[in-house]
Amino acid sequence: MEYFIQQLVNGITLGSIYGLIAIGYTMVYGIIGMINFAHGDIFMIGAFVALISFIIFGLTGVALPIILLLVLLIAMLFTACYGWTVEKLAYKPLRGSFRLAPLISALGMSIVLQNYVQVAQGARVKPMQPLISGGLEFFKNSEFIVTVSYLQIFIVILTIILMGIFTYLITKTDLGRAQRACEQDRTMTALLGINVDRTISITFIIGSSLASVAGMMFVLYYGVIDFYIGFLAGIKAFTAAVLGGIGSLPGAMLGGLLIGLIETFWAGYVSLEYKDVAAFSVLIVVLIFFPTGFLGKPDIEKV
Amino acid sequence: MEKKDIIQSFKDSLFTGLIALALFGPIVGLRTASKGEGLFITPQWGIVFLLVGLCILGRFLINLNSARKTEITFFSKFTSKFSAITKDKAKHFAITAILFAVVFPFLPFTDRYFMDVAIMILTYIMLGWGLNIVVGLAGLLDLGYVAFYAVGAYSYALIATTFGWSFWICLPLAGVFAAFFGILLGFPVLRLRGDYLAIVTLGFGEIIRIILINWYEVTNGPDGITGIPRPSFFGLPFKRSPDEGETSFHLFFNLEYSTMHRIIFLYYLILVLALITNYFTLKIRKLPVGRAWEALREDEIACKSLGVNPTNTKLTAFAIGAMFGGFAGSFFATRQAFISPESFTFIESAIIVAIVVLGGMGSQTGVVLASIFLIGITEMFRDLEQFRMIAFGGAMVLIMVFKPKGILANRKPTILMHGDKK
Repeated sequence: MEYFIQQLVNGITLGSIYGLIAIGYTMVYGIIGMINFAHGDIFMIGAFVALISFIIFGLTGVALPIILLLVLLIAMLFTACYGWTVEKLAYKPLRGSFRLAPLISALGMSIVLQNYVQVAQGARVKPMQPLISGGLEFFKNSEFIVTVSYLQIFIVILTIILMGIFTYLITKTDLGRAQRACEQDRTMTALLGINVDRTISITFIIGSSLASVAGMMFVLYYGVIDFYIGFLAGIKAFTAAVLGGIGSLPGAMLGGLLIGLIETFWAGYVSLEYKDVAAFSVLIVVLIFFPTGFLGKPDIEKV
Repeated sequence: MEKKDIIQSFKDSLFTGLIALALFGPIVGLRTASKGEGLFITPQWGIVFLLVGLCILGRFLINLNSARKTEITFFSKFTSKFSAITKDKAKHFAITAILFAVVFPFLPFTDRYFMDVAIMILTYIMLGWGLNIVVGLAGLLDLGYVAFYAVGAYSYALIATTFGWSFWICLPLAGVFAAFFGILLGFPVLRLRGDYLAIVTLGFGEIIRIILINWYEVTNGPDGITGIPRPSFFGLPFKRSPDEGETSFHLFFNLEYSTMHRIIFLYYLILVLALITNYFTLKIRKLPVGRAWEALREDEIACKSLGVNPTNTKLTAFAIGAMFGGFAGSFFATRQAFISPESFTFIESAIIVAIVVLGGMGSQTGVVLASIFLIGITEMFRDLEQFRMIAFGGAMVLIMVFKPKGILANRKPTILMHGDKK
C-alpha cells in the first residue's frame, strides 16, 4: 500500500510534465491540424535555457524563490522565440498544402534543432546539482516510508497554477475565443476580422512557453539533460494528447496524467526495462476501443 | 525602390536580428561544459554576433531584391522542367539510369568509397520503393518502417547464425517474418485515421527497438549480433584462403584475390533486389489490388461504397511493404556482418519517409533522385561530421517549403478508364 502511494505521487509528478508538453501538441493540432513534430525539441531547448539560467543565477546567490521565478520567465521568453520562429520558417509557407508536407517539414525541423543543440552545447549529458531538496515523509512507522519531496509539490502546484491561467486564457479572453474560432473554421474566422496568422503564432508561443516550463521541471526533477531528451518526451506527450483525445485541452492534461501514472506503475510493478513500451502499448489498445481518445469529439466523415 | 521601402526593410532586418539574438544568445552564446564538479559556462559571443549579423544581412538582401520570389520561381521552373523531361522520356531515363548503375563498378573513377556510398544509396532506394507501396500508393503514413527493416535484419542474422543456412534461404524467410509483423501490427491499427496511424506505427518502431535492446537471451541486447555469414557467390565464398574442400570465388574464376569482388557482388545484389522491388511495384499497380490502393488513397468512402474492403486492402499494402523492408534488412545484415539496435533508430524511419515524400509520393523515379540527393548531402558533409544532420534536416524543410509536392509529383492514377486523354 505504501509503495502504491509512492508510485502514485511519482506518477502524478511525471504526468504533470507530460501534460504541459501535450497541451502544445493538442493546441497546434486543433488549430492547424498538423502534428508539430518539433515540439519535443522545443521542450528540450526550454530545458537547456533553464539549465543555463540556473547556472548563471546560481553564481549570483539570489534567494531560491526569486531564482525559480526568474528562470521560469526567461525560459518561457526564449523558448517562445523558438516556437515562433519555427512556425514562421517551416510551417507558415506550407499552410494549405497537402497533408503530409507540414509533417515532413516538422520532422526536418526536429532533426535540425536536435543537431543544432548538439553542436552548440556538446553531446555530453549535462548534470545539475539539485536545487530543491528535502521533503515530507509519511507512514514513518511502516516498512516503506513514503516521501513526497518539496520538488514534487512545487511541480504539481506550478502545473495547477499554469493550467488555471491557461484555462482562463482559452475560455474567457478574446484571444481564446479567436483561437477556438480558428479551430472551427479558419476562413469564416478571417472573414469576421480575426487575424488568423497572428492567432496561430500566439498558439505556438503559448505552446512553446508551456513546454519550456515542462523543460525546467525536467531539469529540476531529473537533474540531467542532453540534446536527445526531446524525442522520447515528445512522443510520450503526443501519445498523451492522443490518449485524451487530440484537440481537447482537458484531454491533454488527463492523457498526460494517465501516461505518467501508467509509466511509473509499469516501472514499479512490471518491468523497468520495458517502461517505454507501456505507454505505446496502452496507446494502441486505447485507440482500438476509443478511436478518438477519451475526451475527443467523434469524427464525422463527410462526403 | 523608394526610400520608405528601404527604411522599412531596414527596420524589418533589425527585428530579425533581435529575434536571432534571442535564438542564438543563450544556446550558442553560453556553452555549458563540465569542469570537475558541476557545470560552468563558456561564453562564445563571437559566433553569436557572426550569426546575428548574417541573419540581418540575409534578411536585408532578401527584402531588397525580394529574392525569395525569384528563387521560388527559379526552383519550381527547374524542377517542373525536370519532371516534364522525365515524364516524356521516362523510359529512356530509366534505361539510362539502369545501364549506368550496371557499369558503375567498372568505371575508372570508382573506388571502394564510391562503391560503399553507392551500396548505401541503393539500400535506401530499395527501402524507399518498399515504403512507397505503403505511403505513395496506399496513402498510409508509416513512421515506423524501420521496425520491419530491423525484423528482417534480425531474423536473417538469427537464422543464419543458428542454423547456418545460406543467404538465399534466409532472405525469403526474413521477408516472410517481416510481412508477418506487418500484418500483426496492421490488423489492429489500420482502421485508424492518418495521423493516428502515423503515431502508432512510430510507437511500434520504438517498441521493436526497445525489445531488441532488452531481450538479451535472443538478441544479445545492445551488443548486437556478430559473425553474421557473408553471402557467397552461388556457393563460392569470397575468401582469400578457402577452407578444406571449398573453392573460393577468385580461385574458381582464376582471378587475383581482391576484397573488391565481394563489394561488387554486394552492389549487384542490392541492385537486383531494388530492381525487383521496382518491377513488382510497377506490375502490381496495374492489378486490381494495386488499383484499389490508389483508389483508397484518393477516397476511402467511395471505395467502401463500391465494395472494396479498406482494412484488407490496406493490410496487403502494409504486408508487402514490410516484406520488402525485410529483404532490405537481411541485405543490410549480410553486408555489415554485424547488427545492433543502434542501426534501427527512429531517424532511419524519418530518412526513408523523407525520401518517399521528397521524391514525390508515388513516383518511383522520385525515390531514386531523393535518395541520391539526401544521402549525397550527408556524404558531402561527412568531413563536417557535426553539421551533416543539420544540413539534412534543413534540406527536408527547404524542399517542403519550395516544392511541397516533392521533386517529382506523381499522383496520377496508373490506369484510366478511357485511356490517357491528352
